[in-house]
Amino acid sequence: MPTLRITNGRVFDPSRKLRGDISDLCIKDGKIVESLPGDAPVLDAKNLIVFPGGVDIHSHIAGPKVNIGRALRPEDHRHDPVPRTKIRRSGTGGSVPSVFATGYRYAEMGYTTVMEAAVPPIGARHAHEELNDTPMFDKGIYTLMGSNEFVLKYIREKRPDKVRDFVSWLLRATRGYAIKLVNPGGVENWKYGQDVTGLDDLVNDFDVTPRQILTTMAWVNEELGLPHTIHLHCNNLGVPGNYSLTLETMKAFEKQRVHLTHMQFHCYGGKSWAGFSTKAAEIAEYINSHPNFTLDVGQIIFGDTTTMTADGPWQYRLHGLNHRKWYNADVELESSCGVVPYVFKENNYVNAMQWAIGLELFLLVRDPWRIYLTTDHPNGGSFIFYPHIIRMLMDREYRQDCLKKVHPRVLRDTALQHLDREYTLEEICIITRSGPARALGLRHKGHLGPGADADVAIYKEDSNREAMFEGPIYVLKGGELVLKDGEIVKHVFGRTLFVDTPEPAELLGEIRDDFEKYYTVQFDNYSLPVEALRSYQPVATRAKARTS
Amino acid sequence: MLKDYTSIPVEADSLRPDKITGLSRDQILALPLYHGNKTVTVGDFFEVQETGGDTLVIEGDLSKFKKLGQEMEGGRLVVRGNAGMHLGAYLRGGTIEVFGDTADWAGAEMKGGLIHIHGNTGHRAGAVYRGSEVGMHGGVILVDGNAGLEIGSFMRRGLIAVGGNAGDFAGAHMIAGSILVMGEMGVRAGASMRRGTLVTLKPFEPLPTFRDSGAYRFPFLRLFTDRLHSRGFRVPADVEQSLFRRFVGDMNEIGLGEILILEGRDHDG
Repeated sequence: MPTLRITNGRVFDPSRKLRGDISDLCIKDGKIVESLPGDAPVLDAKNLIVFPGGVDIHSHIAGPKVNIGRALRPEDHRHDPVPRTKIRRSGTGGSVPSVFATGYRYAEMGYTTVMEAAVPPIGARHAHEELNDTPMFDKGIYTLMGSNEFVLKYIREKRPDKVRDFVSWLLRATRGYAIKLVNPGGVENWKYGQDVTGLDDLVNDFDVTPRQILTTMAWVNEELGLPHTIHLHCNNLGVPGNYSLTLETMKAFEKQRVHLTHMQFHCYGGKSWAGFSTKAAEIAEYINSHPNFTLDVGQIIFGDTTTMTADGPWQYRLHGLNHRKWYNADVELESSCGVVPYVFKENNYVNAMQWAIGLELFLLVRDPWRIYLTTDHPNGGSFIFYPHIIRMLMDREYRQDCLKKVHPRVLRDTALQHLDREYTLEEICIITRSGPARALGLRHKGHLGPGADADVAIYKEDSNREAMFEGPIYVLKGGELVLKDGEIVKHVFGRTLFVDTPEPAELLGEIRDDFEKYYTVQFDNYSLPVEALRSYQPVATRAKARTS
Repeated sequence: MLKDYTSIPVEADSLRPDKITGLSRDQILALPLYHGNKTVTVGDFFEVQETGGDTLVIEGDLSKFKKLGQEMEGGRLVVRGNAGMHLGAYLRGGTIEVFGDTADWAGAEMKGGLIHIHGNTGHRAGAVYRGSEVGMHGGVILVDGNAGLEIGSFMRRGLIAVGGNAGDFAGAHMIAGSILVMGEMGVRAGASMRRGTLVTLKPFEPLPTFRDSGAYRFPFLRLFTDRLHSRGFRVPADVEQSLFRRFVGDMNEIGLGEILILEGRDHDG
């Protein structure tokens, strides 16, 4: 692995309080090191901004539902071909790019780590196969568990220890990185055409409540010492008035650490679409005073996109709103899935409010270490619009210009026009790199200190922040120069990150028995061997670290 | 003028009069074409004889040249020979005239302009592409000869007129717009149509989900035929006075579409 010294760059590394300081970076064997011999090759970054590689904590880029989104919408990607070059493979773009195009387009923004945010366990093999072919960044999957029938059964039996052991096994079997909870309990009820509307509703057949699922899984997460918290998609996504349930959900956790995902969709007031309103301030206030929560925003981008989620009941509602294509699936004992194309329109009051609510969250949550930039790709919009969002956050005047183009009542009904905050470069570095890496427990990412992965994005300073962040001058992945002057110059496959949880020998027999009774696949074919991953890096749990 | 026939498909969406206007001969010759999986230039396949004006005339057998005039916004494209698939797809304005046959997808999802095909056309002229929800949005497609399957499927607005026969499923899923077939229509024309008008001058048996609503003379046919005549498309003069049987449907949808079937030209009521 080559060595490289990046000199004269203005380095941003918030974890080491570097705020554009001129500093050298030394790279060896894919890692940042303290020093290099004087004759090491040099990359001159004079007048350039040096960031750690971007880390996307929540994106939908691989797996069954993503592939369904591709298949469902040929019209979405035929206008956006990604031609082959001597280095790149061909593909298609649109709101759900093909695997290679996904890798290239993230790299073209300077991102080097992306987490696939929702994979049903039985789809993990598929997701990893796609991620094996998604180049340019490290990746991982969050394993869906919020309505897993094993989990529900053990909670009903009041055996949290069995839940813990099952989760440990399931993460190991799926090579997952984190526990993902989507509309806990509601997804199980969707199998009966129903949903849950409160934390104490009963889940059909199991007589457990969303509250029990949430608190048990948060406990399990801490028992297992997972690097990330539970990754929670709250109940009642997208529904007017859902903010009260979001607040109630947060209160249910007391001191437990939780990541709340795409929170823009969970900050709505009103009792109907006609009375739709923002409650971003209330949610932000609660988060500001409770340091156990992190969140990503799920910012809306106006235009055509493809929504996809395990939240089947929500997708049915969305289909009822726009009457476009709808895909629905029941994933055995594990989850559900819905895919619906959607156009967010500037002149649609609700859509414009959603857009403003996302920005309000960005501007009202004070601690950048606890709020992260996402569009819930592709649900709120494609990840390729991150530079556009960055510009809106850094440039108040531009943000106000954008505000003038949306439905006029948004001016009156949100606080956006009065929010003067402008993000600094350091804060952008935090919400796109250092913060997500810290929340994920990725100690070797999101910073540029010795021992960090040599994932580096180098930008040219530009007052137009959108232009700046959509075109890095250099990107290094694992110490290798993969992008120069906007062009991919080297094709690399990143590693798959998964948590190294123990296999619970005592519970295996019981799981196997139920498997053979109820699953369409045999138990022995379910677990994913590490050999199925192109390149991987297990991440130790704190529990394991304590015992080893 | 085409120098050599190729059996390998060529993507020729750069051959648009509105993009070529103002270019020098060398610039035109340097325009890219995709020949199979290789990028070539216009000069590899064509000789340029004259430049200037907003009309692009291409001569030769272009049956393997796809996407001619795709997304054109203005000007006039004349093809003296056959043309390949996707001729005038997504057309927004201007005129395309083909003195020959065209392959499938002519005028697919077009929004405006005029395509006049003096020969036959393949399947799905003026239709929707796979996955899209709306086909032809506007403009006119005139086919002097026969047309293939599924012409005007999912069309939203505009006019398609076929001098000969049309294949099965003409106007399937029509949202609105008008289709005239002077010859015979294949089966299931108008299946799942919501609104819009299908007119045929030959006997036709609609699907059972269409309801017979009587026979009429339609004054609008005068406007209809006048419009066609003005564009050089001949319709028998007595059509506008003839009696048509009107079927409304498709009752599987909202049932606001209609199929008009000529009952007899000599009937004077």
